[in-house]
Amino acid sequence: MRAARQAMAGFRRTPLLGGLSIGAIGFSLVILGLFGLAAHNLGGAIGDVERRVEVVGYLLDDASQEQIGAARREMASHPAVSEVYHVTKDEALANARRDLVEFSSLYQDLHVNPLPASLHLRLREGFRSPESVAEVAGELGAYPFIEEARFGGEWVEQLFALRQIATGAALALGGMFALVAVLLIVTSMRLAIRAHREEIRIMQIVGASEAYIQRPFLYEGAMTGLVGGLVALGLTRLAYAVLRDRFASFDSILWLPESWIVAGVLAASALGLLAALFSVHRELAQTYVV
Amino acid sequence: MIWFRNVSKEYPRRGAALHGVTFHMRKGEFVFLTGPSGAGKSTILNLIHFQTLPTSGEVQVSRYNSGRVKRRDVAQLRRRVGFVFQDFKLLERLTAAENVAFALEVTRVPKREIGGKARRLLGQVGLSSKMSALPSELSGGERQRVAVARAMATDPLILLADEPTGNLDPQASEGVFGIFQELNRMGTAVLLATHDSGLIARNPSIRMIEVDAGRIVRDSAATADEPTVSAEVGA
Repeated sequence: MRAARQAMAGFRRTPLLGGLSIGAIGFSLVILGLFGLAAHNLGGAIGDVERRVEVVGYLLDDASQEQIGAARREMASHPAVSEVYHVTKDEALANARRDLVEFSSLYQDLHVNPLPASLHLRLREGFRSPESVAEVAGELGAYPFIEEARFGGEWVEQLFALRQIATGAALALGGMFALVAVLLIVTSMRLAIRAHREEIRIMQIVGASEAYIQRPFLYEGAMTGLVGGLVALGLTRLAYAVLRDRFASFDSILWLPESWIVAGVLAASALGLLAALFSVHRELAQTYVV
Repeated sequence: MIWFRNVSKEYPRRGAALHGVTFHMRKGEFVFLTGPSGAGKSTILNLIHFQTLPTSGEVQVSRYNSGRVKRRDVAQLRRRVGFVFQDFKLLERLTAAENVAFALEVTRVPKREIGGKARRLLGQVGLSSKMSALPSELSGGERQRVAVARAMATDPLILLADEPTGNLDPQASEGVFGIFQELNRMGTAVLLATHDSGLIARNPSIRMIEVDAGRIVRDSAATADEPTVSAEVGA
């Protein structure tokens, strides 16, 4: 409690410096926040496309309902498969008439339905790599009443490559933004600690323990990080609202998930704490020689 | 209480500050440490306060030895060794009483005892009427008295003073020196670094250690059968 009170007193005594520290942390983290928003939406868009990855097994016309039912049950229990559904020949024709408008005349006066029935397998997250999809397609195609199993191999490979590139870019850019944020936070905490240098020296001279000297600065660092994180959150939310209001094309962009927000604000607080620990440790090391 | 055994100190940029210094200061003793500027007086005080460590040799203060001391012991040692500076080193935003209370608070004196002890310490240095004054409202002599009261806050065994009268007029100097004598009479050892030869001359009964160019050149307490100074070790 004493350390928390001293940390608050430190804020009150140097409000400008405290404000600048919070501002520096807030503005450095808002870049990270905006990047997070972009990464989340890009990830969401790729995820939407990935969810549409499915393996289709075209059934021979003489496949019995028992055979189809057994295959559905077996494939549904496959660890990579999240959903299995059956499209009958009539449904396939109706779908073709609805989806392929430019060929609608071809499907109007048919005496025999040329389209096959099919089994569609949707895949779980984590099982949508080209290898995994090919493996499931192979297993489906092994049924004797399946004429052919398709999964759009090339398309899945491109989608997977796009996911890898997006993840790599997000890690690299996010890492760089995080590094910039860390440097800014460390600098602002060092300035804040330097403002208390005289008190630190006197505390050392009269024999205050190192832990006692450090504690208020650690609280101050954590609080500065926390408030800076909340400022960054507010600014990111503001930018999100402005984008949605001003540009119709941004209408469908998603706000950050709650877990990201909580993790981000806690990470800001932890960063402030670590920056304060690093800075005060360096400051103390100049006098504690042992 | 304080032992210097063949202590040398070299700084990376400044070079050698002390060469083979050996002396012993007893409990409750009053000692002048004198010599010209740059002779090594402050280095000796800093070594006793463990603000720096010897390059060779060893410093022992009470049970703390420079060769074995741990980082966490330094704070404990400093509570047993008060330090008074020429430039006072008071916190300008705090009153006299608050400056003393600050030292008490940061050394974990129970809160209920802080106010009373701060008042008693300031009374001891003759500043009962100036407790609420800010340092900027005090004279140089009064500021130094606050610094002495603060240094005494942890009931140290020894008080180190680095040119404590250097910034004071003669009258204020005498007043501050009188406080050191009074504290010494009450049992606190005092090591007072000064190049005020007049002050030393007026107090011939007080032991005097003279340093020059990093070596002890005279110790008034040295006798033939019990030397407290090694004669120019490494000279």
